[in-house]
Amino acid sequence: MGFLTGVVILAVVVAVALAAGWLFRAMMVAILPAGAGRTLRTAPPAAGFGMLVILLYILVALFAPLIAPFGEREIVGPEFLPWGDTHLLGTDNLGRDMLSRLVYAARNTIGIAFVTTALAFLIGSVLGILAALTGGWLDQLLARAVDVLMAIPALIFALLLLTIVGTSIVNMILVIALIDSTRVFRLARAVSMNIVVMDYMEAARLRGEGTWHLIVREILPNAMAPLVAEFGLRFCFVFLTISALSFLGLGIQPPTADWGAMVRDTATLISFGDVTPLLPAGAIALLTVSVNFVVDWQLHRASGLKE
Amino acid sequence: MPHVLRMIAQRLALGLVTLFVVSIIIFLGTELLPGDFAQQMLGQAATPETVAALRERLGLNDPMLVRYVDWLTDILRGDFGVSLANGQPVADLIGRRLVNTLSLALYAAAISVPLSLALGILAALFRNTLFDRFVNASALTSISFPEFFVAYILIFLFAGAGGMFPSMASLRGDPGLGEYLHRAFLPALTLTLVTTAYMMRMTRAAIINLLASPYIEMARLKGISPMRIILRHALPNALAPIINVIALNLAYLITGVVVVEVVFVYPGLGQLIVDSVTARDMPVVQGVALLFAGAYVLLNLTADVLATLSNPRLMHRR
Repeated sequence: MGFLTGVVILAVVVAVALAAGWLFRAMMVAILPAGAGRTLRTAPPAAGFGMLVILLYILVALFAPLIAPFGEREIVGPEFLPWGDTHLLGTDNLGRDMLSRLVYAARNTIGIAFVTTALAFLIGSVLGILAALTGGWLDQLLARAVDVLMAIPALIFALLLLTIVGTSIVNMILVIALIDSTRVFRLARAVSMNIVVMDYMEAARLRGEGTWHLIVREILPNAMAPLVAEFGLRFCFVFLTISALSFLGLGIQPPTADWGAMVRDTATLISFGDVTPLLPAGAIALLTVSVNFVVDWQLHRASGLKE
Repeated sequence: MPHVLRMIAQRLALGLVTLFVVSIIIFLGTELLPGDFAQQMLGQAATPETVAALRERLGLNDPMLVRYVDWLTDILRGDFGVSLANGQPVADLIGRRLVNTLSLALYAAAISVPLSLALGILAALFRNTLFDRFVNASALTSISFPEFFVAYILIFLFAGAGGMFPSMASLRGDPGLGEYLHRAFLPALTLTLVTTAYMMRMTRAAIINLLASPYIEMARLKGISPMRIILRHALPNALAPIINVIALNLAYLITGVVVVEVVFVYPGLGQLIVDSVTARDMPVVQGVALLFAGAYVLLNLTADVLATLSNPRLMHRR
């Protein structure tokens, strides 16, 4: 009986999500100019739902102080209050308002993950394109170095580096950006390898353009599509890694609100049948699922598959 | 056969080189650690004389290259140094936990590998049906879930008040096999759920890729049943990518245990490395990281070799 109810609830949730995605897509098609609208019309409802969720997350992150009823670090009552009127989702292990911290964490966690991914992309794609462009010993050196770095499992490597430099937000951003830039490097190099042999590259070289011009004006625009899709996937990985590290107590440090750390702080409640710890964890999962849905659609579109 | 042997030897050599470079990176960890290693071991209260004596005893005054060779030979002999936190030999700390971690990974693999193969074959058989879509969507979803989310959902469902399984997988009192399987069920199930989806998707993709080839069409025209086409005709040719993905996922299991062990308070290597990172206990972190990296490199190596062995075209290349 419990299992059946679960299946029914799940089916209803999925149906509502798809309907919301469909509605959102219809709305966006109506609002946006014709060109963008036509592309959006091809999006499956799952991708529409993904875009809607991402938009909501961004809005919550931007307007966190307006939405949250209490301060991020403010202790407003006794510990582990149950859900109620003043504190909609109760309080955490130090008596801070759960809902407010969930809202502020959107800002912290997503912001930090975004900065990290952007940094990884900056390092990885510039080096990758440079390697493909210049070739020779620089290319070989970078490619072999990346091969070796990728032979160490990412989480273990991150733990090792964090032991060396100590745990802080800046260190974590640098460490994860460094590790993830190896993956970006691989892709950027592979994509640019096919571009550097093109005729227009030859023409640009003969015109006497500098390396920077070649990278930014000739290669980058043509390598953009796979790199953008990869950005979405990388963001998910980075986001999950940061959450995992924070959950382990090695990432974003208290009192800064963060979803991974919030799961850890409230974890004891779960054995009493309280779902509160699942909320921040679910917030992480919902965002990564949504990004994956959108990326899946983009990859599908880029590959030109009709079926 | 000699060709295959040469190939395996080449891959092994490459793996050894990788391990060697990895060991250098891990060794550099101590070098880059800010502050003096001997000072850290003895604490701030130590007199300069005792620090100097310890530096001499540990060989910290030797050149870096000498220290690296010493460190590596010690590790090859099974001596991982001494923990900074409690002065115990790192090998003793690792020993029992290594067995625990390996058995947890094995437990999860024993469930997830057959399960994902079966589901992948079924999804390929019933492709583009509701079943296939459901399996695909749940695969995409479970890939994007953090491990601790899955773990806490399972605890919520199965370990609450009057639950069937314990939420803390402590191995105190040396449980027997049956008792172990019961206590470690939830961590193993978490790892299964996290890895099954990906393996299943790849199995499905590998089989579907082949279904368009002429020899499958021929088999279909002969009137062979769809199940037989997939099992007898498509599966053997799809083995190489499937084996590859399974080995990669086993490698993932090795590192994926870290978070899961912490959630379930399971006494394994993951728990140990997290505690040691917090305490900045470098020798322990180095030892565990070396083990994890070694297992990872080894599994990737196995994947390559097995994928070649399963493909006659690669075996008899001239």
